[in-house]
Amino acid sequence: MDFYLAAIIQGLCLAPLGLGIYITMKIFNFPDITTDGSYTLGAVICAIGLSHQLPLLWLLPIIFIGGALAGICTALIHTQLKINALLAGILVMTALYSVNLALLGRSNIPLLGYFNLFAYVFTENTLLNTLLITGIITGGLVFLLGYLLRTDFGIAMRATGNNERMVRSLGVNTSKMKWMGLALTNALVAFSGSLVAQFQGFTDINMGIGIVISGLGSVMIAETIIRLVATDRVMVNLFFVVLGILLFQLVLAFTLSLGIDATLLKLLTSCFVLFIVALPNSSWFRALKR
Amino acid sequence: MLTLHHITKTFGAHKPTEIKVLDDLNLIIPENQFVMLVGANGSGKSTLQNLIAGSLHPDKGDILLAGKSLVDLPDYRRSKWIARVFQDPLQGTAPDLSILDNFRLAALRGEPKRLKRGINRAFRERVQAHLSLLGMQLEDKMHQPMGQLSGGQRQALTLLMAVMNDVKLLLLDEPTAALDPRSALKVMDVANNLVHTYKLTALCITHNMREALSYGDRLIQLAHGQVKRDLTGVNKEQLKPQDLYEWFNDD
Repeated sequence: MDFYLAAIIQGLCLAPLGLGIYITMKIFNFPDITTDGSYTLGAVICAIGLSHQLPLLWLLPIIFIGGALAGICTALIHTQLKINALLAGILVMTALYSVNLALLGRSNIPLLGYFNLFAYVFTENTLLNTLLITGIITGGLVFLLGYLLRTDFGIAMRATGNNERMVRSLGVNTSKMKWMGLALTNALVAFSGSLVAQFQGFTDINMGIGIVISGLGSVMIAETIIRLVATDRVMVNLFFVVLGILLFQLVLAFTLSLGIDATLLKLLTSCFVLFIVALPNSSWFRALKR
Repeated sequence: MLTLHHITKTFGAHKPTEIKVLDDLNLIIPENQFVMLVGANGSGKSTLQNLIAGSLHPDKGDILLAGKSLVDLPDYRRSKWIARVFQDPLQGTAPDLSILDNFRLAALRGEPKRLKRGINRAFRERVQAHLSLLGMQLEDKMHQPMGQLSGGQRQALTLLMAVMNDVKLLLLDEPTAALDPRSALKVMDVANNLVHTYKLTALCITHNMREALSYGDRLIQLAHGQVKRDLTGVNKEQLKPQDLYEWFNDD
């Protein structure tokens, strides 16, 4: 049971990442792979802050700002230098690897024993306590983002990804929209990295590699659910994204618990994501929807 | 008043494929005038609209709207005064957003989009009042995504969105080219009504000879990047479709 509980907590730690990827990919229509770098950046800043006993009240804003700066770099490279969005992301992600390594000083820092976000005690059971904290954070984020996306600013943001030409003809500076959007989503991703680092008790320079794929996989699951339910309510969609992340982590945990060779894990992950992505196109799914 | 002064625009300059789309074009459109713009493909009609809207920049010349030069302003800054309707009904609206969301954006044309909820009861009633002008029974469908509507409905809504805020100039680029004859008629009637009700200046590109004759107070033919014919008043009213076809044969 604890095993699955841990998977759920891991999922909730990844919720800001999933929400960030959902906003860039689906709402913003921008394939942003800065994620791999900004996720680690968040964990790295967290490690440095915690090991220097920086108060969380200071540390959390710094993590957000760090991620936001990474996102702004990608957006500016794309909009000002007119470089393809994917390439801009790859450039910043690659550069961040060195930045992260330089900041961290070595490839791995253990974070056990420091006062962190999960040290606030609500219940005696450690796992349950962590679950509660991550749950509150995720709930708060879903609510905040749901509100944001329905404000005038949020409508302009959603429209930017939906029909850029129309939005420009209505007086929206889409370049500005893009850098603000990427700042927001990468700040979320960095925050996610810091949560995972605190939960697993260490920061590793390679922890971000391929994280964008797990994020995407989760968003795909969410998309499938959203299509099945056929809702277009912003807040509900965000909730389904979180559900998608949890399902993804649970499936991974289940696969591991079957005693499957760890070398096959990535293969199975890919197959699972493929299954989820292909599902909405199958006749069986369409029949179910009817 | 819209003034175009010696506008020149060349595509692919200094290359073998160089095309001079607009060649020292001069044009003055007074306020509240509804201008129909015709011309063969490649005569520079769409380029002219893109230059006015700011999607393109002229090589030479100046564009003034109500005495204010536009050429140094990016497109999104000009949109405070200029609204556009494109040929493709899909381009004028955001398909995944609701009708209400689209109208909210239109209502904030050229204004900052702030971090507050702008869609409240008062706004919904305002949109409802606007929608009822169309007579398309869209008043109860405000929460539907724009993408679920027909091309004609979307085009009519794009026009309506243009008058949510006081724009001065309406640019229509073949607004009915993708529509069936009945929807086309409806959309042109909506355009005509809005132009007169809101006292807009409008510049409408069309390839439909019947539209060119029956709408607008002035008819301009572009050819080889310049104004070839310019008719107003009785001269325009007396034109017959046959005359127009001959214009194109001369080209």
